[in-house]
Amino acid sequence: MTPTERTDEDETGSAVTDKPEGPISAAIIAAGIGAAALGLFTTLAEASTTVKEWLQWNDDVGPLSGKTLLAVAVWLLAWAVLHATLRTRAVETRRALIIAVVLIGLGVIGTFPTFFQAFSPE
Amino acid sequence: MSFTDREWWALIHGMVLGAFFLLAFAGGLAELYGLKPTLVTRAGVVAKMRRVKVGVTAMAVASWLTVITGTWIVYPWYREDVASSPRSELLANPDTADWHEFGMEWKEHIAWLSPILATTVAFVVVYYSTNLIRHDRVRRTALGLFVLAFAFAVVAGAFGAFITKIAPVQ
Repeated sequence: MTPTERTDEDETGSAVTDKPEGPISAAIIAAGIGAAALGLFTTLAEASTTVKEWLQWNDDVGPLSGKTLLAVAVWLLAWAVLHATLRTRAVETRRALIIAVVLIGLGVIGTFPTFFQAFSPE
Repeated sequence: MSFTDREWWALIHGMVLGAFFLLAFAGGLAELYGLKPTLVTRAGVVAKMRRVKVGVTAMAVASWLTVITGTWIVYPWYREDVASSPRSELLANPDTADWHEFGMEWKEHIAWLSPILATTVAFVVVYYSTNLIRHDRVRRTALGLFVLAFAFAVVAGAFGAFITKIAPVQ
């Protein structure tokens, strides 16, 4: 049992051990980071022809290939780092959720056509 | 009465996986919502937890399969640089250009938020398991993210259906 785990009783009287919330918070914040990364790459690809061409990792799919694969890579990397950092900590999910909602909001804005097309050089 | 290979893949992407996704969401939502101490008995907790885990994991799998088939199989046909591709047809007519410039542009990006969030919820449920019954705050957080994952998929799915109605992949 780690220092952040707590033994309690459930509603039926059975002994149960609480797991730390750190890994949950890590996963939630990482999801927000992945969403924000997708928004960032989408807007950058629109703003810069160089970035758009670089993100074209597959000719058939176009720049969407690089944007999505890179966002997924950022998400997984962020998750791994945050998980390693928070895995034994009692980080409340409420704070993680607030951070994630803000980041997801940025991701939604970044992937919203009216927003990212405003950065188009054309 | 037959479908081309492209139409089959569009069907698999939109209808088969879409139906699987809806089913998994409905099941996962109902089970996750019902994960309260007052609604769970000692005898039923094992079966209930199994159903919750299956529901949220199935939705994560369905959303990954949907975005992967959509982006890597159907989307290249949609955006082919030929006059008969759906993208070319939509852009050729000022009355339909917004279906690509707004609808498809939003759909192809926002859809990817759904599997990321659905996977997060699946992890939370599998990791925290029965702890979710006693920790309402965590359960509500998972529920909120689960609904958000569904909402993003709805945006993508709705635009996909509308665009397919106007300019189908053939």
